[in-house]
Amino acid sequence: MTSSLSTVSYLGATILFILCLGGLSNPETSRRGNLYGIIGMAIAVLATVFGPQVTSAGLPYILGAMVVGAAIGLYAARIVKMTQMPELVALMHSLVGLAAMLVGYANFVDPTVSVNMTPAEKSVHEIEMYVGVLIGAVTFSGSVIAFGKLSARISGKPVLLPARHWLNLAGLLAVIYYGYVFINAHSVAEAMTPMIVMSVVALLFGIHMVMAIGGADMPVVISMLNSYSGWAAAATGFMLSNDLLIVVGALVGSSGAILSYIMCSAMNRNFISVIAGGFGTDSGTPAAAGAVQPAGEVNPILAPETAELLREAKNVIIVPGYGMAVAQAQHTVCEITKALREKGTNVRFGIHPVAGRMPGHMNVLLAEAKVPYDIVFEMDELNEDFPATDVAMVIGANDIVNPAAQDDPTSPIAGMPVLEVWKAKTSVVMKRSMASGYAGVDNPLFYKDNNRMLFGDAKKMLDEVLVALKS
Amino acid sequence: MALLIGVPRESFAGEKRVATVPEVVEKLIKQGFRVAVEAGAGDTAQISDDAYRAAGAEIVDDRARLWAISDIVFKVRGPNAEEVGLLREGATLVSFIWPAQNPELLQQLAARKATVLAMDSVPRISRAQKLDALSSMANIGGYRAVIEAAHEFGRFFTGSITAAGKVPPAKVFVIGAGVAGLAAIGAASGLGAIVRANDTRPEVADQIKSLGGEFVPVDYEEEGSGVGGYAKVMSEGFQKAQREVFAKQAKEVDIIITTALIPGKPAPRLITEDMVKSMKQGSVIVDMAAEQGGNCECTVPGEVVVRHGVTIIGYKDLPSRLAKQASTLYATNLLRLTEDMLKTKSIEGDAVNIDMQDEVLRGTTVINKGEVTWPPPPPKLSAVPAAPAGKPPAMPAKPKGHGEPSGPMAGTKTAVLFGVGALLFLLIGRYAPASFLGHFTVFVLACFVGYMVVWNVTPALHTPLMSVTNAVSSIIAIGALVQIAPDLTKISADLSRPNEWIRWLSVGGIGLATINMFGGFAVTQRMLQMFRK
Repeated sequence: MTSSLSTVSYLGATILFILCLGGLSNPETSRRGNLYGIIGMAIAVLATVFGPQVTSAGLPYILGAMVVGAAIGLYAARIVKMTQMPELVALMHSLVGLAAMLVGYANFVDPTVSVNMTPAEKSVHEIEMYVGVLIGAVTFSGSVIAFGKLSARISGKPVLLPARHWLNLAGLLAVIYYGYVFINAHSVAEAMTPMIVMSVVALLFGIHMVMAIGGADMPVVISMLNSYSGWAAAATGFMLSNDLLIVVGALVGSSGAILSYIMCSAMNRNFISVIAGGFGTDSGTPAAAGAVQPAGEVNPILAPETAELLREAKNVIIVPGYGMAVAQAQHTVCEITKALREKGTNVRFGIHPVAGRMPGHMNVLLAEAKVPYDIVFEMDELNEDFPATDVAMVIGANDIVNPAAQDDPTSPIAGMPVLEVWKAKTSVVMKRSMASGYAGVDNPLFYKDNNRMLFGDAKKMLDEVLVALKS
Repeated sequence: MALLIGVPRESFAGEKRVATVPEVVEKLIKQGFRVAVEAGAGDTAQISDDAYRAAGAEIVDDRARLWAISDIVFKVRGPNAEEVGLLREGATLVSFIWPAQNPELLQQLAARKATVLAMDSVPRISRAQKLDALSSMANIGGYRAVIEAAHEFGRFFTGSITAAGKVPPAKVFVIGAGVAGLAAIGAASGLGAIVRANDTRPEVADQIKSLGGEFVPVDYEEEGSGVGGYAKVMSEGFQKAQREVFAKQAKEVDIIITTALIPGKPAPRLITEDMVKSMKQGSVIVDMAAEQGGNCECTVPGEVVVRHGVTIIGYKDLPSRLAKQASTLYATNLLRLTEDMLKTKSIEGDAVNIDMQDEVLRGTTVINKGEVTWPPPPPKLSAVPAAPAGKPPAMPAKPKGHGEPSGPMAGTKTAVLFGVGALLFLLIGRYAPASFLGHFTVFVLACFVGYMVVWNVTPALHTPLMSVTNAVSSIIAIGALVQIAPDLTKISADLSRPNEWIRWLSVGGIGLATINMFGGFAVTQRMLQMFRK
């Protein structure tokens, strides 16, 4: 394959990737979008493998690595449960980060790449290499920690080291200093020390960054790491002077950044403060403890009564949360929805932008259970309808329906938009216990007069509700 | 001398309404009329003579004198024989007349050379809505029917779960969703009942829903809309299907409110005695059509009876039972009528000359100077059958999602951003080598494309989008591919290249990236397969 042909193939692949991301913005075109992505990727890989930059000596290795990788990837995609999707995505990000590191190191130990460069070009190339490895390392370690948190192997609570901002600053200065040393080094051996030190610092920084972010902010973290993996690819592209890598990396990077931003604004949180660490930064202080403790009686309810409420309701809004995902209750929810809709009840789903542990988490679960997506609404679309709603059913959600976000300015989640379920005639909250949510904030909703608590495992309780509803 | 409007006391037994109220008296005087009210006219509607006097009306004790001095008489019910005798020759009378049912009354009034405007004959066109007394009375009647039913019914309307046990909500079935029916639906659902409603006109289904009711259709193909938005007589087949629906509802519901009327015909018999028998003990039927014979076979017009354990309310005077409210609305309807008459110069100086070219006045006038002008020619523009009488539910303004263009940034912020950008570009342009700039251009443009493409994503697709971008980011494999075995012939061989190292690093990179590549696309495909409408 000639160099021109390979360039044209890259161009085609680029266009396909853009169409892919564009197609994914709408359910109607999303499947085609994914197909574009697959074709684009195939073209890009084939054009590279058979292009002028790869000699036939490498083919056995490439084939071997790809077969093994493909097998693992397809197997993982097949066995993963939809509720484990956030973990899988986080794990995959870490792979991209690690790959970026490896590519950077491979380039670094190769003296032939910079043979024909001017001094200025060489400096730029070295910076690119350095930055590429840096971003790759942060993505890698950050994603691993995110994976650990999401799969509950690591506690979801933010781990806040004392003086952590100073630690971060020190890390940054070290990275800059060793970058200076790195550029001025004359040989690979000489540059190896700063490179390794920087990698270690970057890895530690990634760990520290994600450890400090609370579980409630995980959706933002995932999408931010997604963005990082894109930037890592773009930096690699600069390093290798490969336009395809630059373009695709930038596409992924900017789209991930936009997604993070969208989610931050959905939570009414400042992007920088989320990244800089620790949901509930203030809750470490006694302020939260001293905040108004909701008082009053909790009204427990049983499954048959819940079914009775639902049977007599005309307008029902279901607000799912992470609890539904944990209990794998989405199929039962769908059954209940179907039963109610057959009776002519207007059932809708209200999805908070950060419900679950990943953006769109709830949508994916509901889609898996075959809930038609035209009755699934965003918070903004139906928040005004709660006063006209007979029953608002909250399944395993807490912080996203907490009225304290609106009423209590001292609350750590003050100002976060929430679904106003307490405005419905009756709200039913399904929960395992009175424990607080990820944000560690007590929820005054539970004590409201028109609220009922249905204690127990969401799946088990919903099964009982369904039985009572059908009898 | 201005025209004198006389308001006599209603003579019909049990009629509590009065044709004007003090607030309207003031406005009539402002329009240039004098107003005389018979002493005690407002007593039954809780309006004292003093209140009328304070508003500027003259109180006349002598009934005959009031009729004699009045140029225009405002009344609620049509006049009885005595009152027709009292009416001055050539005077104008405004009241309910029901000319179709009362042809003799029409003849008697014509003999008095009177001009008569019948408030029941106001054409059903949108311009005339403000003086449509039938609607305003029906509205009150529908509300009152629910109140009467609640009074006789032994339970709450709202269902609730209390400490003392569960209360099931009352189920109300409303037959006929005209103005009265809709008012009843609104009032009953306002009290918390489960409301169902039926009408022969399918287009009212939305209006029923908008008031919180549930439309119970009759599965039979026939268009039930008659002229002017009223119902018409339905075919035998339809009536049979309808009876089946009603029989089924009668078994289920606690309260039935019937409002079915067909203009100029006796009320249709919709609820049979068998249906009454099938109802639960303690149920209530309010028959709002009692005056025209009733929709229920067991109705006794004007009375409350208990048949087979079901209370059947056949009051003929539901609006009158809310006398003050009804009087106020009726008086306002009359005020709108005089407004129209002044505007069309039907009243000029001391003379009443109805403008028979005006569609509203032409329809309303049943006798013009002793000449019977009823029935009027059919209205040129009948109300569109589908025209909603109730308010159409307002479409809520779509809240602004993040996908929509946001407003422009504040000026200073924009300026600062551009300043920083320009400085950055300047530095890069000054120091960076040419080879870098080409890539940099591509990079910046790609960032913008990414931003443009992703900004419109629907939140439901966040996860698939992230998963696909994750898969796409495995493009990093290219970086490993180009290093695994490059063409080294062009480069002098004296440099030692640690081929083994590079190869295995690259193989690792390719392997990891490929896991992501295949896994990412496969998982995205799996997710997208699930999205269905």
